Amino acid sequence: MEIKFILNGKQVSVDVSPSMRLLDVIRDKFHLTGTKEGCGEGECGACTVLVNNEPYNSCLTPVINIVNKEVITIEGFRETKAYRIIADAFAEMGGSQCGFCTPGMILATYAVLKKNPHPTEEEIRFALSGNLCRCTGYQSIVFAVLKASEKGIEL
Amino acid sequence: MLPNYKTSVKKVDNEEKMSGMAIFTGDIRMDNAHFAIPVRSTVSYGKLLKINVPSLPKGYYFISAKDIVKENVCNIIASDWPVFPDKEVHYKGETIGLIVGPDKKICIDLASMTHADYKELEPVFEMKNSYVHKEFKKGNPEVFKKASKVYSESFETGYQEQVYLEPQGMLIWMDGNKITIKASMQCPFYIKKAVTRTLGCSEDKVRVIQPAVGGAFGGKEHYPSLMAAQLATAIVKIKKPIKMIFDRKEDITFTTKRHPSKTDISAYLDDKNNILGVKIHVGIDGGAYIGCSMVVLARALIAATNAYTFENVDISGDAYCTNKVPSAAFRGFGSPQSIFAIEMFINHLADFLHVNHYELRNKYLVKTGDITSTNGVFRDPIILDKLINRAMEMSDYQRKKKEYSKPNSYRGIGMSYFLHGCGFTGSGESTIINAQLRIKKDKNDIVTFYTSQVDFGQGNRTTLKRIVVDTLGIPEDHVIYGAPDTDETLSTGPTAASRTIIIVGGLAAKAARHLKEIWKDGEEQEIIEPYVGPSYIKWDDDTMQGDAYPGYAWGVNVIEISVDPITYEVTIEGCWSTYDVGHAIDERILIGQADGGLAQAIGWAYLEKEEMENGVFKQRTLSDYVIPTMMDLSKMETEFIDNPFPYGAFGAKGAGELTFAGGAPAFCAALEQAINRKVNKIPATPEFIMELIEHGN
Ligand code: FES
Ligand code: FES
Repeated sequence: MEIKFILNGKQVSVDVSPSMRLLDVIRDKFHLTGTKEGCGEGECGACTVLVNNEPYNSCLTPVINIVNKEVITIEGFRETKAYRIIADAFAEMGGSQCGFCTPGMILATYAVLKKNPHPTEEEIRFALSGNLCRCTGYQSIVFAVLKASEKGIEL
Repeated sequence: MLPNYKTSVKKVDNEEKMSGMAIFTGDIRMDNAHFAIPVRSTVSYGKLLKINVPSLPKGYYFISAKDIVKENVCNIIASDWPVFPDKEVHYKGETIGLIVGPDKKICIDLASMTHADYKELEPVFEMKNSYVHKEFKKGNPEVFKKASKVYSESFETGYQEQVYLEPQGMLIWMDGNKITIKASMQCPFYIKKAVTRTLGCSEDKVRVIQPAVGGAFGGKEHYPSLMAAQLATAIVKIKKPIKMIFDRKEDITFTTKRHPSKTDISAYLDDKNNILGVKIHVGIDGGAYIGCSMVVLARALIAATNAYTFENVDISGDAYCTNKVPSAAFRGFGSPQSIFAIEMFINHLADFLHVNHYELRNKYLVKTGDITSTNGVFRDPIILDKLINRAMEMSDYQRKKKEYSKPNSYRGIGMSYFLHGCGFTGSGESTIINAQLRIKKDKNDIVTFYTSQVDFGQGNRTTLKRIVVDTLGIPEDHVIYGAPDTDETLSTGPTAASRTIIIVGGLAAKAARHLKEIWKDGEEQEIIEPYVGPSYIKWDDDTMQGDAYPGYAWGVNVIEISVDPITYEVTIEGCWSTYDVGHAIDERILIGQADGGLAQAIGWAYLEKEEMENGVFKQRTLSDYVIPTMMDLSKMETEFIDNPFPYGAFGAKGAGELTFAGGAPAFCAALEQAINRKVNKIPATPEFIMELIEHGN
């Protein structure tokens, strides 16, 4: 079935089964590999993408659900000013180690700050608890989000 | 206040990782790649009578023991793990063959239709058949007979899954007549060795290249060797590129784990309650094949007296063979298990003797010049007292300890001391590993150097490069240092044993110093620098006597928790740590190691439960096997106290594994205070806490 949606600002269409996971469409059909599969069952957040500016686990999202919607992956997001601010904050605080969780974490951070530009440490921990990281122990990521919020992500 | 890392430099791989541009194994595009799907044993122990393969469409293959080219052995320290079993299977889930073909879905279907006939044998799941035994003594354990009291306890720890966020994966292809492998791995030369051994081919026929690796923690030290030996066997037959990427469930269910353990400790006391000595036995569950369990056992035993000196010591241990998924490397490599036991034990002993925990521990604390349990010497200055005092100050330990001892406070604070021996055991660095590092300079004075160290998040690519840049005193962009490729680099050994900075970093600094000495502008120059260990390190592996490690790193953790009196859910209220990692070269990177290691240790202590049921793991997904989320952890405060080590680069020692060692005992000490019960077993899940509270010890 032909599925049309907006991917990183471009109108695209792809002929796939409607139940195909958005994650597979992004990775296998569009060869955008910044979106990662860490669990395939909605537990880790490595597959986070933005759909109409809201964070989604693309491993749980059938592609039929995003018809005519706007999907932003890390490849699109990295062109924005907000990315630069968040990525610099992650670099400064040491928020990325192996990097496998990082693209998802950065998109989730954007979603948090968009809703709540000046979150407390506790609010950050709550809001990002759907994104697992096994390397950092999270402290540096929490600091990175605080740092980005200090600078403001200029929405 | 956000930290300001003055000693840190920009991480070389930051931008590629954050922007999603880093290419991990599963991201590599190879359009004609075939897929390999394992067919797994359905019995725990049995004779393999016949494998019934459905009729395969053209272009699909079944690869198994019959396809072995030379040796049916996967090279993992011990040589007992077959590439594919041919006569017997030894655990449920053992790969008896691979279905390989161009369409992944069809491969999965074919694999599910492939069944073997077995003659089932009686499996063993308990720790009763030892396949490795080790023992050593210090002083004169005969004095134990004169003891007026003996105090004994047992401790148990469970399985732990690494949960590197990127599951295991490998891609193999032929480049001319050379087998080329990219994989999510820790040790490129281990993979190369496994392939050359099973194929019986020469070294120049195999090349291993490291792509981005999404975490490892020991879990990608040995298992990739098995995958490589299997895929190499397949590619020799089908000559097509093959991809094998595990999903999370397959990874949790069938790859190697941290060894479960049971440790028995007895302290022998004289009539004044002085400890005459201790007797310790550590048992670890090695699973179906020995693999690296003898080395894990050795490390567990050497660490068994942890940061304490006892005059008379009798230490022994066994690795047991069971019909379960083999256990293998995981951050700490056996030592967290025995450190957990002795740390809990010494507090319990203090309670038994009605003395303060802190006083009893300090009475036996290791000091510079003390004889180790293997009759080596703690030569380098030990600053444990500074670490302890600072950690107590940071956490306000004394006041809280007193305050929370009021009845029903449901709050507790606990402290642990710990060490980690850096590098390979004994003289292994000079006798087994023999690292050699190549550094060269071109006509434009651009320096390139190579190591086989994999950066799977620890930041070693950044720090190793910095060591060379700073030693040479040239601009950063005049030094090139990339990911390992076995065609370019000599082996500087595996990325394991917290040896990267202390050993390879030291070697890199030395090579750079030598290059600087002979430096001639505008000329091509090359140096191959061999590792030469400190000559005083003497070790006998058979008797386990001598200096077990070239150097030791030290740490103290304090953890504060509260327990919900109704649900028994635990909340981590705070974590404070101090470490002696020699000289801390890059604080931001080290904090990353400290926080990450402690987080994993806390997970092991109370969240991560992996149970065996009929020889398979019950928890097989991340919804069942729960690792800490951001909400499960708290703020962590960490300080490094400078104590430069003469043999490491810039005074640095190892740090990666050290940070795992103290989390569980500090957590459990806090839990004991909060619920007023003894804890001898982890994970201390809410169900277990309820059991303890309601039924007592
Ligand atoms: S891969 Fe989607 S949540 Fe883990
Ligand atoms: S940086 Fe490795 S999982 Fe987060």
